[in-house]
Amino acid sequence: MTADFSQPLTPAVARRRSPRRLRLALGLTPSAIACLSWLTVVLGVALLAHWLAPYDYEAIDLRARLQPPVWMEGGTWQHWLGTDDLGRDVYSRLLHSVRMSLLVAVLGTIIGAVLGTTLGFLAAHFRGWIEDLVVMAIDFQAALPFMILALAVIAFFDNSLVLFIAIMGIYGWERYARITRGMTLSALGQGYALSLQVLGVPPLRIYLRHILPNIASVLIVNLTLTFPAVILMETSLSFLGLGIQPPQTSLGNMVGFGRDYLMTAWWIAVLPSAVIFLTTLALCLLGDWLRDRLDPMLDRSPSP
Amino acid sequence: MPVRAIVQKLIRAALTVLLLLTTVFVVLRLSGDPAVYVLGIDADPDALEAYRKQHRLDRPIHEQYLRFLEDATEGHFGQSFMEGRDALEAVMDRLPRTLLLMSVTLGVTLLIGIPAGIFSALRRGSWMDKGIMAVTVASFCLPSFVLGIFLILLLSVTWRILPTAGYQTWQHMVLPVITMATADAAIFARFTRSAMLEVLGQPYMRTARAKGLPWARAVIRHALPNAAIPTVTIGGFAVGSLIAGAVVTESVFAWPGVGRLLVTSVQNRDLPVVQVIIVLVAISMVTTNLLVDLTYGWLDPRIRGLMGRRAEAKP
Repeated sequence: MTADFSQPLTPAVARRRSPRRLRLALGLTPSAIACLSWLTVVLGVALLAHWLAPYDYEAIDLRARLQPPVWMEGGTWQHWLGTDDLGRDVYSRLLHSVRMSLLVAVLGTIIGAVLGTTLGFLAAHFRGWIEDLVVMAIDFQAALPFMILALAVIAFFDNSLVLFIAIMGIYGWERYARITRGMTLSALGQGYALSLQVLGVPPLRIYLRHILPNIASVLIVNLTLTFPAVILMETSLSFLGLGIQPPQTSLGNMVGFGRDYLMTAWWIAVLPSAVIFLTTLALCLLGDWLRDRLDPMLDRSPSP
Repeated sequence: MPVRAIVQKLIRAALTVLLLLTTVFVVLRLSGDPAVYVLGIDADPDALEAYRKQHRLDRPIHEQYLRFLEDATEGHFGQSFMEGRDALEAVMDRLPRTLLLMSVTLGVTLLIGIPAGIFSALRRGSWMDKGIMAVTVASFCLPSFVLGIFLILLLSVTWRILPTAGYQTWQHMVLPVITMATADAAIFARFTRSAMLEVLGQPYMRTARAKGLPWARAVIRHALPNAAIPTVTIGGFAVGSLIAGAVVTESVFAWPGVGRLLVTSVQNRDLPVVQVIIVLVAISMVTTNLLVDLTYGWLDPRIRGLMGRRAEAKP
């Protein structure tokens, strides 16, 4: 990833690259570094949750119910972030929740991006009724608040993890589709795509090898905008008790159950809330930074 | 505005609602046998047969579809299982409370978001501008239920000045309204700011100053009205976000409105109520988008020729 960004540097300069030089070459601001560090921690936690967690996240210990975190009176190092209403270790649950939320968000984002981009290409390639159909679906999706749509699907088909990930995959597809269709149509009118067609390159190859790299930066910017939104949607639905179902746990799920204990045991809801906020904030800021770096067509002056 | 464009838009809006109803019908039939769903999986086969006959589920599918559309236009979506009464009635009972919450929130959103955006644009680059923009990023990324939890902790649990749940007095509205308005106000502020900046950079603003108009007058007479036009386009987006916000916020604060009803109905798979709410949401969204289109064309004569291509609302 680092190599891609430092292309303007000549090899000789690149060899003498000091950390400061690297930072400048990447255009890393201090806040971008802070965001990246936090996200690295979150990713590490998600991957290593199984080994980092001192307890099984489902293990119930009724003798140790509602124990406060270690810095409060009555807290012990045994459960350093406290326990919940069933005596389950909040720290272990938090680690597993991060893993689950991230898993759903990553899968959902990938499905949405692939689905939307494919439909955009199909619409631009075939035109005619296929394009009409895709555009109609885009309008339809944009006309209904996604949360209502998701709730309806869950109500009609009952909840399951696979269905939930599929719903998250539908979220945001229409933006990829709209972008891909528009940019592909304009690319097809440009010289390079036309000459490839004349040379007899198969359409699939033109789309994947030539047009996709050209529109990738805009799609990536859209991805960075969609990813935090998917996390927000997942946590909101789980908070409502309609996303990830117990015994599985996710960040929104923890907040939802912790809400009932706000008066007596605030840590159950507040700790996952803080993780959600920091993660989405880091993603938003990083997305802004990436947009400034990657999207040369963007008029930077009015955006903060 | 040409009559043809308006008629075209009306037809499109009606088609969208029809498409939604069709989708609901198809999904409903795909999701299982309604007789089994209502009477239970181990119901008497004769009872199942009788139920199917009574609700015409033994008829051909196109007849069922027409029947469904006919019932839908009359507002019959069946009985709510949870409340044992007409689903539409159950929703309508709660609608005023949700509309109250949404309209107050919309008012607060506009009162905070638009002035903040204008101020930011006029003082572009100042520390106030940077501060406002930083706050908008943070509040946009803050999930509303997380904000609600923090507000409850701070104002209800620690300081004990506001109630956590219920709807009896005006104090009960304060926290839900703040929770819902925060993210929307941030979007309005950002949108207003970029609309203002674009107008402030226009040549006619320089002309206004050059002919000797005082700065304040130039802003009020020339910049604000022109900047207001694109702000209309986020109307549809704002209504959608209010609806989604009501679902979450009503659940956080136990506000007995339609949003909370939707959540409990989905939890209990009370499909008639869910159908009523989806159709209501779809109709209000389609109507809003239609109104936005029409207002936009009416406000900005330049758009009238281009009807049908509404500028994208970009938060």
